[in-house]
Amino acid sequence: MADEGLSVTRRPFRARLDGWLERHAQVCVGTLGRLYARPIATLLIWTVIGVALALPALLQVTVRNLEAAGPGQGRAYAIDVFLKPVLGVPQARQVADRLRERDDVARVELITAEEGLAEFRLRSGFGEALDALTDNPLPATLIISPSPNSTTPAALAHLRDALQALPEVDQVVADMQWAERLQALLAAAKRISNGAGLLLALAVLLVVGQVVRGDIETRRAEIEVSKLLGASDGFVRRPFLYTGFWYGFGGGMLALLLVLGAVAWVSPTVVRLAALYGSNFRMLGLPISGYLSLVASGAVLGWLGSGFAATWRLRQIEPGL
Amino acid sequence: MIRFETVTKRYANGREALAAASFHVSPGEMVFLTGHSGAGKSTLLKLVAAIERPTRGTVIINRQSVSALSRSAVAAFRRRIGMVFQDHKLLYDRPVFDNVALPLVVDGVSRREVDKRVRAALDQVGLLGRETGFPMELSTGEQQRVGIARAVVSRPTILIADEPTGNLDPDLAVDVMAIFQRFNAVGTTVLIATHDVHLIERFPVRRLHLGQGRVLRDEPAAALGDSHGG
Ligand SMILES: Nc1ncnc2c1ncn2[C@@H]1O[C@H](COP(=O)(O)OP(=O)(O)OP(=O)(O)O)[C@@H](O)[C@H]1O
Ligand SMILES: [Mg+2]
Repeated sequence: MADEGLSVTRRPFRARLDGWLERHAQVCVGTLGRLYARPIATLLIWTVIGVALALPALLQVTVRNLEAAGPGQGRAYAIDVFLKPVLGVPQARQVADRLRERDDVARVELITAEEGLAEFRLRSGFGEALDALTDNPLPATLIISPSPNSTTPAALAHLRDALQALPEVDQVVADMQWAERLQALLAAAKRISNGAGLLLALAVLLVVGQVVRGDIETRRAEIEVSKLLGASDGFVRRPFLYTGFWYGFGGGMLALLLVLGAVAWVSPTVVRLAALYGSNFRMLGLPISGYLSLVASGAVLGWLGSGFAATWRLRQIEPGL
Repeated sequence: MIRFETVTKRYANGREALAAASFHVSPGEMVFLTGHSGAGKSTLLKLVAAIERPTRGTVIINRQSVSALSRSAVAAFRRRIGMVFQDHKLLYDRPVFDNVALPLVVDGVSRREVDKRVRAALDQVGLLGRETGFPMELSTGEQQRVGIARAVVSRPTILIADEPTGNLDPDLAVDVMAIFQRFNAVGTTVLIATHDVHLIERFPVRRLHLGQGRVLRDEPAAALGDSHGG
């Protein structure tokens, strides 16, 4: 009796496993019940975390849509090729056909000199002035849409140079600046989105940590008594870890709803805008994996934030009576 | 089982509660700890439960020095000791059942087993049927008995009690002592700090009298038994 008196009695493995599962399930559900018992505070915390997680996600959605909308819609990168005025319509057609065979060209539209003049007359209102001209001053024009995978500034420059080198071509007008600017903008937006993501993840960690610290203070008596009765650090920390998990998980779910809601809300205006440009572009949300990782990152951040706070704070609470 | 070797306990404010106190309690013994208020009884019990650490000297429980225990070992160590606190240390926002169950929950005992043992412990202190009540709804004596039920529920090998009968009427005090004796009869080492003169006279167990931070008198049980004439 004297010797084994204080040794820990070992229960069978199966019983210990059952006990372990039971305890975790109990704490997992129990902490949720505690949050449910003070709905306002819980909703507030979920909102803070949800907004913090939704912001970088929304930036990501924006980048995704710009990426898809910009290059995908050929018009944005149209290159105007003015053919030499001496060329007749059949020759212009030949040039257009040849260009259509290039890999980096998606579409070639030919506007003959007559068509160009007619359109100009219609749009400009200079009809009478034009009638005074005996010769058509407009050249035949090819409007070239590069294929979607040739819209990088380098590929566009290459295409432009190739067009310029053709003997039939008088002048090439490619709005390279637009392409370069869009690329730079997208790169910047991606960086901002990643940076904001990191900062806001840190914010979520700190918020959860601070809230859990408060929870620990309000349950101080319980912690002290549990420690007096031999509760291990892990046992005392467990409910706070689960609380942090629920804060983060709830915040992640809210972020998911916010992103879905924002996409649904903005989508009609984007579709209308696209329609004005003759495009049937549909607004994109996040991929499924994006939504899942939004919730998962919330849960993980909540768990980590409470883990740091609880480990640090609970060590300081020693029952001295 | 419990050995103090010139143990000194000086609190952070400079108060010296124990000054080179030495004694030994054998396994299965039952001992009263007496002495004036402020003599260091509670301090001594806290040292036994590893709630306080000795400033100097060695506290050895079951051949192990308490000062040498790691954090996690201290937790496991406390789970083997049942303690009744002078100020009860109950959780007032939890029902009686949860309070008594806490040592078992902390120890990872399954729900069914917890149910059974909590009922048995409450039965022993005469509080069966009060599980759902809250400590605030109980009298001080009843609260004290909840504390006792909590101390014995895990069937510890060492039971230490700080003024366990302080708020009980003589009959209840005797009942509570009977509980301790039952545990002692099956081998539990029992250490009780008390002022209760009636109780001390009534139960012929060994007495350690504290004063000036050390054990002033150590009166064995046999002598007392004789003086009572059996
Ligand atoms: N946490 C503490 N900090 C500082 N001094 C303390 C602390 N606890 C106790 N003391 C001092 O140590 C001395 C012994 O206290 P202790 O509580 O052990 O006495 P006691 O014998 O249990 O008294 P009582 O019979 O009144 O419960 C007292 O002088 C007390 O003031
Ligand atoms: Mg005391």
